Amino acid sequence: MLLELLIPMLLLVLGVYLGLIQVLSRAGVIRGDSIWSLKYFEGLTLHGVVNAIVVTTFFAVAFGNAVMVYYLKNKINMTWVWVSFWVMMIGTLLAAWAIMSGNATVLYTFYAPLKAHPLFYIGVALLVVGSWIAFFNWIPMYLRFRKEHPEKKTPIAVVGTLANFVIWFIATVPVAYEVLVILLPWSLGYVSEINVMLTRVLFWFFGHPLVYFWLLPAYIMYYAFLPKLVGSKIYSDFAARLVFFLFLIFSIPVGLHHQFAEPSINPNLKLLHAVFTFGVALPSLITAFSIAASLEMGAHLRGHKGLMSWVYRQPFFDKNNYLFAYLIVGLLIFIVGGATGILNASYSMNNLVHNTGFLPGHFHLTVAGPVILAIFGMTVYMYSNLTGKEVKLKSLNVAVPYIWALGLTFFSSGLMVGGLLGEPRRTNLGISYTNPDSPLFHSDWQITTAITAIGGTIMFIAALSYFTVLIATMASKSKGSVAFSFPTSEAYHDEKNISLVKNFAPWILVAVVIILIAYVPTIKEALENTAGGALPYLPTNPVPITP
Amino acid sequence: MDRAEKFIISFSIVVLVLFVTGIIIVAKGAGIDIAECVPSDKTFTEGRLGQLDEHTYQAYYVAKMWAFEPREIEIPLESELDIFLTSKDVVHGFHINEKAVNLMAVPGTINKYRVKFSKKGTYEIVCHEFCGTGHQNMVGKIIVK
Ligand code: HEM
Ligand SMILES: [Cu+2]
Ligand SMILES: [Cu+2]
Repeated sequence: MLLELLIPMLLLVLGVYLGLIQVLSRAGVIRGDSIWSLKYFEGLTLHGVVNAIVVTTFFAVAFGNAVMVYYLKNKINMTWVWVSFWVMMIGTLLAAWAIMSGNATVLYTFYAPLKAHPLFYIGVALLVVGSWIAFFNWIPMYLRFRKEHPEKKTPIAVVGTLANFVIWFIATVPVAYEVLVILLPWSLGYVSEINVMLTRVLFWFFGHPLVYFWLLPAYIMYYAFLPKLVGSKIYSDFAARLVFFLFLIFSIPVGLHHQFAEPSINPNLKLLHAVFTFGVALPSLITAFSIAASLEMGAHLRGHKGLMSWVYRQPFFDKNNYLFAYLIVGLLIFIVGGATGILNASYSMNNLVHNTGFLPGHFHLTVAGPVILAIFGMTVYMYSNLTGKEVKLKSLNVAVPYIWALGLTFFSSGLMVGGLLGEPRRTNLGISYTNPDSPLFHSDWQITTAITAIGGTIMFIAALSYFTVLIATMASKSKGSVAFSFPTSEAYHDEKNISLVKNFAPWILVAVVIILIAYVPTIKEALENTAGGALPYLPTNPVPITP
Repeated sequence: MDRAEKFIISFSIVVLVLFVTGIIIVAKGAGIDIAECVPSDKTFTEGRLGQLDEHTYQAYYVAKMWAFEPREIEIPLESELDIFLTSKDVVHGFHINEKAVNLMAVPGTINKYRVKFSKKGTYEIVCHEFCGTGHQNMVGKIIVK
């Protein structure tokens, strides 16, 4: 289990290093020739796949295993834990090999008709299947708990984890189809042409729920742990449960908000997905208010009386309460991340920002904000609690989230302002647009990419500081006694165990119905409005590969 | 659930409903819409600029590794431009700087958007989707006179 926790950290070292290379290349600080152009995208593919897919999936599984064991007080079947780990691990190694050997420069969205090596597709599929195995391993544990304790409420962290993996399972089925049935045979040369629009619709069926899959472990920590860390309670037990179930129904039927600029799909269908997207903003708004209420209550319980003093009377820099710092900084970043997300989702407003620097500016405020900080904080917490080792370099540890946030502020501001000025994403600007010797030189973008580079460098330093803390902790001696626990909050309003927020089945049923409404006509349009198929291409050659 | 909480949940819902209403009014009422859906047409394989009437032009853009065809077009001030966009090979992006025009070029499909130019100048088109080695040099130009 420790391995499952530490592997993502090892990969992240590579991930943030590549991030640094990207900001420096975009700003033209590192400027290579045209070979460098492709290297940039190999790096970006690895950065996206490792950070956004591999690290987050490994962490969700490791954290889920711990939550299930701790809260259900049930034995877990270790054989399946290891099978799941190795399937994910082999998948990761295959995909990493394909990318690093230059055979899968397709970015983490693997948009056809750019073609990757078959092992890339197989690797991605194995990673997903490994996470399914972990999930299936939890279901009998949950059912046994429900049978043995019919009167008890399911612990909130368990509800959150299961809701998250139900979303993940539903969302990964279509992408598994895309990868295994459409792309793999095409990549192997058994099929010559494929429908590109269909692959894009299937990818984004998965792509948006993916972001909630990253986020929900952080949400679980906000509800189940954060109140406890400030001596407070979950404001309302009912609201917490409702939030996770709302995510279950609204996080999938929204994929077209990534495809507003695409052909072949009726704008009214896109509008429908936009409306559902505002539905998925609801649980986040509820969360913002609930957590604020918990924080306020905590400050009052600790004796701070003023009306607004709860805002700053919190243990922000408490070395022994570092988990609070990681969580609260992430939460504050998420306010901006959420607001910019609402902007992106706002239909015609998306015309301004789609695929510009604004997008990575926005999503680093989510996935490289609350998500990664929760992962960082929880990884040291779990490591030190599972091994009985005390966290070393405590002051540095509690400073990490603040340094990261400082860097992220510059990083995202640069990208977002640049984006509004037209700066493209997924582009090695250093070769052309931020190169004073190029006819395509753009002086505005030179400024915005420079601000981004400063921010990215600070983030890289924060990450190095974090790895130093982790390594120092690993190198220290265990104090012997190991008593693992999560800082579990009680509920202030502990409502009755009403069936609305007790069972998964009705919510899953509603989710499936909404998905069918959102996706049956979409897939139909994608098929009807496309002519002919696409042959595979390599990024280096305008001539397709013919079988 | 206490009163504060019921208030907050209804408040959140009201805010979101207002947002959605705003979006729909802007899109359908004020006509600021997004990419249109047109059926694909296999005869559209070459880029060119055409004119429909005095004020309406039609640009047929073919995006390919690593250029837009036509690379440069010229239209008079105050004219409407219907942009039709397809791709000959992989997926490309099509963004006109300083204009809220943002389209994807997907092989096997046609994308469409209508835009009006009421300011003189040279507008730069940038490809903003990764399309291979030459991606960072893939640009076009619209000159409004
Ligand atoms: C030192 C920290 C980091 C830096 C400096 C950094 C930098 C960047 C930059 C500059 C881009 C845009 C490149 C382009 O579009 O040309 C990017 C993309 C991306 N980053 Fe990061 N990043 C960092 C950390 C992270 C973390 C922690 C995550 C996720 C957990 C993450 C996830 C992503 C994703 C998913 C993309 C999109 C890739 C794509 O467009 O295909 N990044 N990053
Ligand atoms: Cu999304
Ligand atoms: Cu391109």
